[in-house]
Amino acid sequence: MLSEEERKEIEEEFKLYPHKQAAAIEAMKVVQKHRGWLSDESMQDLARMLEISVEDLDGVATFYNLLYRSPVGRHIILVCNSISCYILGYNEIYQALSNVLGIRFGETSPDGRFTLLPVPCLGTCDHAPAMMIDKDLHRDLTPETIGKILEAYK
Amino acid sequence: METPLTQHIRQDGAPLYLKEYEQTGGYEALRKAVTMQPKEIMDLVKDSGLRGRGGAGFPTGMKWSFVPMGDKAPHPKYLVANGDEMEPGTFKDRLLIEGKPHQLIEGMIISAYAIEADVAYIFIRGEYTEGSAIVQKALSEAYEAGYLGKNILGSPYSLEMHIHTSVGRYMCGEETGLLNALEGKRATPRAKPPFPQSSGLFGKPTIVNNIETLSCIPHIINNGAEWFKKLSLTGEGGTKIYGASGKVKRPGLWELPLGTTVREILIDRAGGMRDGLKLRGFLPGGASTDFLTEEHLDVNMDFTAVGKVGSRMGTGTIIVMDDKTCPVGFVHNLEYFFAQESCGWCTPCREGLPWVEKTLRSIEEGTGQMEDLDILDFHTKYLGPGNTFCALAPGAMEPLQSALKYYRDDFIKHITEKRCPWRS
Ligand SMILES: Cc1cc2nc3c(=O)[nH]c(=O)nc-3n(C[C@H](O)[C@H](O)[C@H](O)COP(=O)(O)O)c2cc1C
Ligand code: SF4
Ligand code: FES
Repeated sequence: MLSEEERKEIEEEFKLYPHKQAAAIEAMKVVQKHRGWLSDESMQDLARMLEISVEDLDGVATFYNLLYRSPVGRHIILVCNSISCYILGYNEIYQALSNVLGIRFGETSPDGRFTLLPVPCLGTCDHAPAMMIDKDLHRDLTPETIGKILEAYK
Repeated sequence: METPLTQHIRQDGAPLYLKEYEQTGGYEALRKAVTMQPKEIMDLVKDSGLRGRGGAGFPTGMKWSFVPMGDKAPHPKYLVANGDEMEPGTFKDRLLIEGKPHQLIEGMIISAYAIEADVAYIFIRGEYTEGSAIVQKALSEAYEAGYLGKNILGSPYSLEMHIHTSVGRYMCGEETGLLNALEGKRATPRAKPPFPQSSGLFGKPTIVNNIETLSCIPHIINNGAEWFKKLSLTGEGGTKIYGASGKVKRPGLWELPLGTTVREILIDRAGGMRDGLKLRGFLPGGASTDFLTEEHLDVNMDFTAVGKVGSRMGTGTIIVMDDKTCPVGFVHNLEYFFAQESCGWCTPCREGLPWVEKTLRSIEEGTGQMEDLDILDFHTKYLGPGNTFCALAPGAMEPLQSALKYYRDDFIKHITEKRCPWRS
């Protein structure tokens, strides 16, 4: 069941578009904001509210990088794996993260703290290599600074 | 040297909000625009020579002129600002979004007025969390000050403007993919015709323009078409936000006259290569442009001149390859991106790009064969312009085809030595 708060926020989104379906992405973002990810159950509830089939909605969800159809950790680490970061040592950054957390791309640390995902160019190529943790951008990374940065995310 | 777009952007990048923007002459252009006829604005933009800064360089005034106008035109009409910016190596729009949000909003209101649009969307990629918060705040300020909403500045013109934050896919930046994303669908491209100018968002007339393009508009209104033209060195009109990344001494962004030479950007601004490194080549404007090399340093970075030497200015943000970076690994990284981001709508791209990616991977890892070079050549032709539904696949082939031209020996060395010479 969608919560009262979720419903309200989604109804706000409806106002910005000529028909409900157009708010599909916004609606999924609302649920994801509250629950971290999109479960089968919430997809069904959402589809009903948007008046489209759950298959159609899933087709949209699975297209996009930042909509999660399986559980994720409390914090999401998006590591840029594009060209300028590649030139400046993305690989070492990924190795360092992977070592510290004991996980690879697509996985969540056993304590449920972090999910590690690749992301295309974060648009901060002049400060490569870069990554984002939740809403925070971290730039000019070195393998040595990784541990310190992670400490801030409990 | 005038730098209208980035002037007043703070060194630390903190945004210029309404008061400060107004103190620097902000919204004067809008006051002037609402006293003009939409057609006058369109003509002014046409005469200025402004070409789209999103990569393809289409003349902006001409694009607008295809929108049906007057009493019989269908409504609502839409204007969309394209702030998806997912092209690897491209980071210029972020500066304008975060540093000078009202310049974008003012540019959008004037542009919307020129095409008689009713609703405008600012499409921003989801990872630009700070940028969208800044623009959101600026939007509320603009509404409060009467620059947006009903009867703007007391004129008969009304406009609503909303932000849409994306959920990540390179195809969201493609004009018609973006419209599908805004409609809550998968960001696959649409067949053209009909062109968005006549049937775009929700089937209504729509203009999609890049953030930097729209940010130029207030300055054209304030200072005129001739002034704008004269900003450039080569007559194409305006300044350009150029950038450089890779192992140069001072990576960054600089607003310079359109047509500035690559040498000035890479040597004078970016400080040349880091000590001990040599320039091996560069992509002039993002991941989907052809490599150029040292012999092209004196080329003027504008649409025509870069085209003449076999590449594209693209987004104007240069990616530099040094002599300690493996060209095969470099191109493999790019094609991995394109293969991942293919939307899967048409077969050549959906099937071809993963094949290219795997072939490059095996060459880089030392298990490639000479025939692989023919396979790659083959793909550069069959994924080239005219064979796929949108420009993603042809764009993906640009760095590959030029790498096969300039760095063929490096590919061959990988194959004969059965290893990557850059890996120890
Ligand atoms: C795969 C793909 C991705 C694109 N991404 C962007 C983008 O992020 N931002 C942008 O302004 N244009 C992007 N474009 C170009 C747009 O399709 C379109 O040409 C541009 O937004 C038009 O604006 P302009 O005329 O002001 O340049 C992309 C094109 C393709 C094929
Ligand atoms: S070229 Fe690629 S990205 Fe473009 S429509 Fe075809 S499959 Fe989609
Ligand atoms: S390539 Fe990593 S931020 Fe642009």
